Amino acid sequence: MTMTSFSQSPLPTAAFDREAWTPLLALSAREVFDIMLGTRLKQQPPSADPHVGEFTALVGLAGSLCGVLSIRCADQSARIMAGKMLGMPPEEVDNDSWDALGEIANMIAGNFKNKLSGVGNNCMLSVPTIIVGREYETHSLAGGHTIEVVFEFEQQLLWVTLKLQE
Amino acid sequence: MSHIRALIVDDSSVMRKIVERSLRQAGLDLAVLEASNGAEALGLLDTNSVDLILSDINMPVMDGLEFVRQLQTVDKLRGVPVVMITTEGSESNVVQALSLGAKGYIRKPFTPDQVKEHVLPVLGL
Repeated sequence: MTMTSFSQSPLPTAAFDREAWTPLLALSAREVFDIMLGTRLKQQPPSADPHVGEFTALVGLAGSLCGVLSIRCADQSARIMAGKMLGMPPEEVDNDSWDALGEIANMIAGNFKNKLSGVGNNCMLSVPTIIVGREYETHSLAGGHTIEVVFEFEQQLLWVTLKLQE
Repeated sequence: MSHIRALIVDDSSVMRKIVERSLRQAGLDLAVLEASNGAEALGLLDTNSVDLILSDINMPVMDGLEFVRQLQTVDKLRGVPVVMITTEGSESNVVQALSLGAKGYIRKPFTPDQVKEHVLPVLGL
């Protein structure tokens, strides 16, 4: 596995490496779904199609990695996720679907940063934020990089996206 | 197995339920209190005694590390075993939590077996 090198400053900035980080992001997501939901995610090829889905969970990263990790999916997918985490039918899940999606985003972000050598100690995560709705766009005020992995979950797509500032 | 009074501190209600379920799967006979951050947990501990605390780190209002720090300043709470359950799994966080008085550390995502493996020893079971 390719490891990323870092400068020796007190708060080193991780050197972006798309080739190495994209599979690590996918692995981070697959591990969370495998361990916490008992579900094996099927990765899909990247697509330029617009993202659809009513729920987005965002987790901020600050420190040696600065940016936002998001996971976006359909309402029904979020309910199924919460149901699997809680061991209950999706139709009985209420606002827990928001909470569950936020916690999944949090675990993927934490799992990802802990897989990057030297990053975990110098990168903090925010508490998750949930966006409900389809029609929105995000714009970063700083230039940066985006990594995205697409999965199929219960016959629906979900997107895990990491937007990093330079 | 003896009856255990546990306090679960996490801002995610889903995660509190998962932790509780994992503790029950470990065979513990439980009574559970829940709090969504450290300040709320300290409030509950004013009027309740517990045998075990499981706490997240990254929470609003009062995070888990400050919560553990505050526990050590209260005579009746200092001896209560605390196990951190968190995504903040970096080595520095583990060292800091243990130096503040936590007895164990579980990284999210976790399996019920990992909860059992870390929690039963701190209860002497």
